[in-house]
Amino acid sequence: MLTKRIIACLDVRDGRVVKGIQFVDIIDAGDPAELAHRHAAGGADEIVLLDITATHEGRGTLIDTVQRTARELFIPFTVGGGIRTADDAAAVFDAGADKVSINSAAIARPELIDEIGQSFGAQAVIVAIDARRTANATDPVGEAEVYVSGGRKPTGRKVVEWAREAEQRGAGEILLTSMDADGTRNGFDCELTALVSEAVQIPVIASGGAGNAQHFADVFGRGRADAALAASIFHFGITDSRALKAEIQRAGVAMRLPC
Amino acid sequence: MIAVIDYKAGNLTSVMKALRYLHADAEVTADPEVVRRAAKIVLPGVGHFRATQRLANGGLTEAVHESITKGAWFLGICVGLQWLYEGSTEAPETPGLGAFTGMCERFPAGIKSPHVGWNSLDSLRSDSKMLRGIPEGGFVYYTHSWRAPVSADTAAQTTYSAPFTAAVERDNVMGVQFHPEKSSTVGMTVLKNFVEL
Repeated sequence: MLTKRIIACLDVRDGRVVKGIQFVDIIDAGDPAELAHRHAAGGADEIVLLDITATHEGRGTLIDTVQRTARELFIPFTVGGGIRTADDAAAVFDAGADKVSINSAAIARPELIDEIGQSFGAQAVIVAIDARRTANATDPVGEAEVYVSGGRKPTGRKVVEWAREAEQRGAGEILLTSMDADGTRNGFDCELTALVSEAVQIPVIASGGAGNAQHFADVFGRGRADAALAASIFHFGITDSRALKAEIQRAGVAMRLPC
Repeated sequence: MIAVIDYKAGNLTSVMKALRYLHADAEVTADPEVVRRAAKIVLPGVGHFRATQRLANGGLTEAVHESITKGAWFLGICVGLQWLYEGSTEAPETPGLGAFTGMCERFPAGIKSPHVGWNSLDSLRSDSKMLRGIPEGGFVYYTHSWRAPVSADTAAQTTYSAPFTAAVERDNVMGVQFHPEKSSTVGMTVLKNFVEL
C-alpha cells in the first residue's frame, strides 16, 4: 500500500538550518548535513533543503551544503532556493539532489518548469507555492493567492489556477505552503490543501502549521495531502519521525513503518 | 567491474553514490566495448522511455544483448526495468530489449500519477537472488507513471490501484521499478545483493 510521506524540511540560511515563525523571527537550529542524516536515521521518508534567503538576497543555492548533505543520504533529497534556470537545476542535481523545488522563478518564467522537466524528468520538478487566503473575499480559500520571495510579494495569481498550470507544464509534485498557518503549530490549512489536491492529478505536499500528530492525520485525511512537510516540530526535541509516524498510524493513516 | 550505462537520461549521481558506498568497482560508461567487458551492468534511468532510443543508436542495445547472453549480470532501474520488456506506450516507436514479454503501460486515469512515495513489496519470490533478505511488505521508494505487467518472471509486486511488477528476475537478468538508491536500508540491501553476486 502506498503510504503517506513525512518530509523533514531544513530551512537553511547562510549554511545553517533555521526555522522562522511566519517567515520572520529566525532561530538557529544546526548543521544541515548533520540534521539531514539524523532525520533519515530517525525515520523521515524524505528530506527537503530550502535555502530560504536565496531569492531575495540573490544568492545561488549552496552547492557545498547540498553535496555534503547528499553524501551517504539514501532517501529522496529535494533542494530549493535560488534555482532560476535549467543550468542552476543541473548544478544541484550534480551535487546529489534528486528533485528541485522551484517557486518565485517559476512564477516569473513558467517555461522553467517545462525546461527542467524535459531535461531531468517530471519526477525531478516540484513546484512550490506559497499561498495565503484572501481574507475579505467571499471565498477566502478558493480565492487564495500565490506569494513569492519568501512570502513577501503577492502575485495576483490564484493558487488553484497556478497549481493546474504547473501540472500541465510537467511538474511532478506540488509543495503547498500555507502562509497563514506556517510557524503557528496550530495545524495545516486542510481546506486549502484539499482544494489543490482535488484540482490536480499529481501529488500534493502540505506544508505549514504542523504542531502535533493529529495535525498530520487531519491533512492526510480531510486535507487529501499525499505528503506533509515538518520542520520545527523535530528540531527542538519534540519527537522524531518514527515516533510521529507511529502516532499518525494509530490515528488510521498508513505510514512507512518499520523504517 | 560494474558498467553503469550513461545514456543521458536523468542523472547518475545517486546510483553511483550508492554503489561507491557499497565499495563496488563501478564505472560510468557510454562505450559498448566497456559494456561487453563488464561482469555486471546497471542501467539506471529516470524520465521518458524515448531516451532509451539512444541505447540502440549508440550500439549499447547490441552490447547489452551480447553480454547478458554470455551470462553478465544485469540490473535495470526504473525506466531501466521497463526497457527489459517489449516496449512502453510512453514511446511506442522505441522498442525495448524484449528480454521479458509484455508492454509497459500508464497507470489508469482516476488515480494520482506519477505514483510517488514509499510502497510495499509483496509476493516476494523466495528464489530471488536480488531480493535475498528483504522482508515481505518491505517499503521502497517509487516515482513513475508507467509500469510493467505482472508475469511469471515477476520477483515481487507492488499494488497501486492494481498489482504491477516491482522487481523482475530471470537467471542473470534483473530489474526493479523502484529506486533502490533512494530506498534506505531495503534498497541498499537489493544493491548489495547485486554487487555481491
